[in-house]
Amino acid sequence: MFIQVKNLTKIYKDYLAVNKINFFIEKNKTIGLLGPNGCGKTTSIGMMLGLITPTSGDILINNKNLKSFSRDQILSRLNFASPYVELPKKLTVKQNLEIYGRLYGIKNLSERIDEISNDLDIKNFFDRKTGELSSGQKNRVSLAKALINKPEILLLDEPTASLDPDIGDFVRSYIQDYKSKNKVTILLASHNMSEVERLCDSIVMMRKGKIIDNGTCEELIKKHGRNNLEETFLKLARSKDEF
Amino acid sequence: MNFSKIYALGLRHLYLIMNSFPRVLDLIYWPTVQIFLWGFISKFFTLNSDYYSNTVGVILTAAILYDFLFRASISFNMMFLEEIWSRNFTNLFIAPIKISEIIVSLTLTAILRTLIGLVPAVLISIPLFGVSILELGPPLVLLLLALYLFGISLGLFVTSGLLRFGPSFENIAWASLFFLAPLGCIYYPIDILPNILQILAKGLPLVHIFEEMRSILLNDSVNYSNIFISSIISVIYFVIGIIVFYASYFGAKKRGTLINMGE
Repeated sequence: MFIQVKNLTKIYKDYLAVNKINFFIEKNKTIGLLGPNGCGKTTSIGMMLGLITPTSGDILINNKNLKSFSRDQILSRLNFASPYVELPKKLTVKQNLEIYGRLYGIKNLSERIDEISNDLDIKNFFDRKTGELSSGQKNRVSLAKALINKPEILLLDEPTASLDPDIGDFVRSYIQDYKSKNKVTILLASHNMSEVERLCDSIVMMRKGKIIDNGTCEELIKKHGRNNLEETFLKLARSKDEF
Repeated sequence: MNFSKIYALGLRHLYLIMNSFPRVLDLIYWPTVQIFLWGFISKFFTLNSDYYSNTVGVILTAAILYDFLFRASISFNMMFLEEIWSRNFTNLFIAPIKISEIIVSLTLTAILRTLIGLVPAVLISIPLFGVSILELGPPLVLLLLALYLFGISLGLFVTSGLLRFGPSFENIAWASLFFLAPLGCIYYPIDILPNILQILAKGLPLVHIFEEMRSILLNDSVNYSNIFISSIISVIYFVIGIIVFYASYFGAKKRGTLINMGE
């Protein structure tokens, strides 16, 4: 077991955002965090990133509590990408990667930037300001930043949101390929069911701050008697029951 | 303390300046306008006031020192606001950089921004108005240090407010220094203030700094105890600023505002 989330709870004043959730992610596996908007996915990711202090509960990494790590000790092993978080717009792609490479203490930084930019096909707009890029280009740069430190744990929040099908497919293929070549444990929050089916080894379904079901895609589809993950998601999201 | 990471964060702001000529121009423009404005006022007072008749440029020197404080504080705030405006806040706070390293980096980089703006203005004042802040002699270094530390402390208070209240606190960032200016006795002696305000004013390093500046320029005498007091007060504000910043950071983590910070 690599990451274990135990009774994780977050209460904002009188609003219960995350309610005693429990799940684990095995090393080098990808888990999908699914649920309707406002179900607590981003708050859960925020707690795993150390950006949000849990009200109660624990996050264990290799059986060691997240709280016992120093900030830089744990964050150098993690990374995160989301279309809702951007890189400095007035800096070029190259400058942004250089700065984040330095912040993550990457050795042989030029080589790493070269490698990742070739892989993600971002070299042809390397000297353009990040704010001038299209959504697809920004998305790939954001992914390059998220992978610059070859993280052991990668958190992705809707990585292909607002991308056209072609670029979306490129990103999904890249993540799939990256997973097969590197040792990385991924937590993927997404509303794209085909993406989840393609990338995730198992799924955690959330609703109103609680985990309502979990398992592999096949298990969940079969269990709920549906034809695909999207139908299963709709059933779970609209249902009042826990499973 | 990892100086490579401190440098990296500084580089982020250096690139920001280097990538934009209008940004450089903006940094230089306001201090230069200030120098011109106060230079002419200073010249007029010098010709028409007994108090200033013996010393050319007391007001202009005060204006330069006050602008130094203003630029230091605003630079610190601006660099923090840049992260909010560019929606880079989350990326910054999940990078393996300590909060202390962020503070040190912003503090050091603010010097650069301040000097880019102020050095041309200071140089202009020499041929144009015959005023050089170097006339303050070696105490100038200590006065600038005390001012800088206080400017950064104000920056820390404002950025703590941004962490606590979010981008809506931005207006306070701009107004923060104007709140203190009347009590700072920048252009007039402390005796002008009512007694009750004099007590409050003495709690700020500005009064001691600007009193000392006037003393050096008008009486040609240096009172190091004034400089020492101003430095001690600045250090106290700086330490309080750091404590408040940390408290705001941990508060923001509790409220979950770090993950959504942005315009």
